[in-house]
Amino acid sequence: MIAALRADLEIARRGYARYAAYPVATLAGLFTNTLFGFMRGFVLLALFEQRSEIGGYDAAATLTYTWLTQALIATVFIWGWLDLAIRIRSGDIVTDLVRPIHPLRAALANDLGRSAYHAVFRGVPVLLVGALMFDLIAPAGPLEWFAFFVSAALAVVVSFAFRFLYNIPAFWLLDFRGIAVLAMILSSLFSGFVIPIAFFPDWLAAIAHATPFPAMVQIPIDIFVGAVRGPQIAVALAVQAAWAAGLLLLCRVCFALGVRRLVVQGG
Amino acid sequence: MTVAVPIIEFEDVHKDFVVHRKAGRLRRERTVVRAVDGLSFAVERGAIVGYIGPNGAGKSTTVKLLTGILVPSAGRVSVAGLIPAKQRITLARRIGAMFGQRVQLWWDLPLIDSFDLLRHIYRIPEERYRQNLTEFRELLELDPFLRTPVRQLSLGQRIRGEVVAAMLHDPEVVFLDEPTIGLDVVAKQRVREFLTAANRERGVTVMLTTHDLADIERLCSRILILDRGRLVYDGGLEALKARYGGERTLVVDLEESGPALRVTDARVTRVDGPRQWIAFDRERTNAARLAAEVASQAALRDLTVEEPDIEDVVRRIYAERQVGRT
Ligand SMILES: Nc1ncnc2c1ncn2[C@@H]1O[C@H](COP(=O)(O)OP(=O)(O)OP(=O)(O)O)[C@@H](O)[C@H]1O
Ligand SMILES: [Mg+2]
Repeated sequence: MIAALRADLEIARRGYARYAAYPVATLAGLFTNTLFGFMRGFVLLALFEQRSEIGGYDAAATLTYTWLTQALIATVFIWGWLDLAIRIRSGDIVTDLVRPIHPLRAALANDLGRSAYHAVFRGVPVLLVGALMFDLIAPAGPLEWFAFFVSAALAVVVSFAFRFLYNIPAFWLLDFRGIAVLAMILSSLFSGFVIPIAFFPDWLAAIAHATPFPAMVQIPIDIFVGAVRGPQIAVALAVQAAWAAGLLLLCRVCFALGVRRLVVQGG
Repeated sequence: MTVAVPIIEFEDVHKDFVVHRKAGRLRRERTVVRAVDGLSFAVERGAIVGYIGPNGAGKSTTVKLLTGILVPSAGRVSVAGLIPAKQRITLARRIGAMFGQRVQLWWDLPLIDSFDLLRHIYRIPEERYRQNLTEFRELLELDPFLRTPVRQLSLGQRIRGEVVAAMLHDPEVVFLDEPTIGLDVVAKQRVREFLTAANRERGVTVMLTTHDLADIERLCSRILILDRGRLVYDGGLEALKARYGGERTLVVDLEESGPALRVTDARVTRVDGPRQWIAFDRERTNAARLAAEVASQAALRDLTVEEPDIEDVVRRIYAERQVGRT
């Protein structure tokens, strides 16, 4: 047990190191995220010239939302991740199968390490720039701060599981990219990444809330800006945890089916 | 007397691949490729077995069956008492596997980090890990590039790293699919010495595939030759040469250049000044008789006997099969 956790930790450390090896990429990403923070901030602010509140979000909350999403882009890794699909297609996946650790577990540990790096070098700096240039809202107290960090970590797990899942069709399909693109569009829309789900018409918001996507972006932000508070925070965290567990389980089942196809048909 | 239990067993194993090919606009043709066709063999603990055969013979498929990456279509596979396809992860701790065509090390990490990560994944005791690493580093001369990210290694450097990665956790048996691919002469020699040492000192059973017959000659106590999924030879090197490449060559240096000698039950294959090459079948004659015959015709200064070349032997086997194919 301890030894297994130690292995996870070491894998996570290497996941961190892998991204730390490309500082120029980090800098470029940081620059882009910040730039878009300004652009999106000004566009959304224009909405508040006519009204003072939309779905519980006022101008300050909306600005905070904008900068938080920019900080979470890399940390949660909303956009494309095809590492697994590429390994499946190239056949390199077979080498993962001869290791005494489940590839899902190894990939999760690796992604947590990656997200730690991105949180520190692509998340915090973006949020700091936003906080220096605009009046952003901060969580109400230490408990809210803590809840936010837990929520962000759960968001990473949900996002990871979803990404892992949309890579699995590569076991069957040559054109795995099509599915991945569709998945990315769905997740950036329904996660509340583009605009807060509170801005959606009710029917669309209801659809969004029936998917795991809000658990990737919207929930941690709601906790941060105080759109979700008190005991509701516990409910929100439970929803995230449930999605994380459910999706990971689904990953395991689908991955096993993929492996079965591989070992029977030879890929 | 104890009966040695084989560490690797193949019992009438078949592996079929179903391949779909486009035939016309909508129709897809279904063909079955039989990659392994009724293969049976057993390997004792502590052996070094060379596995050769022409391209597409089914060597890699066999290695995948042994590591549990493929399930047999029929027949029984057993490694270290386990069924690979059913107990893949349990087996993973006890075997080492290396696929020369694939990258198993972590692409973005320095070589040493890959090793360290393997230490934790395989839960290798610290002390054991240090000992192994120290020994392997020296044997395979890894030090100059131990801190280089794997993506920057040359093919030969990476392969050496992969071989070490397969051995760090003291496996009972290692399966190496082309472990000398892309290595220069010196590196090849090092890998061979490394495997010999691991086999002799640690008792690791080694099964390797290769296209370099020198690997077989230097390393293997036993050779399996595969063709179209069937075993066409299983035995030692000497017996192989005797059976398929019975021809030895007597090289004679004469005092003076002259025309090709006349010899019974043998033939002169080459003349180069005073030196002549006489090929003979040892079933029909022998070097002593030939030497006497040569000495009776010309003044003899020196002579050597050359064993049949394994390249020749294998070329002959492959060619024979090729003829049988049509
Ligand atoms: N996944 C697969 N799907 C379909 N056919 C396959 C698959 N893998 C191997 N084959 C076929 O099975 C046969 C044996 O392939 P294998 O890779 O085992 O050969 P090999 O002896 O390793 O050859 P090489 O010396 O070229 O590495 C070949 O005809 C190959 O085309
Ligand atoms: Mg092969």
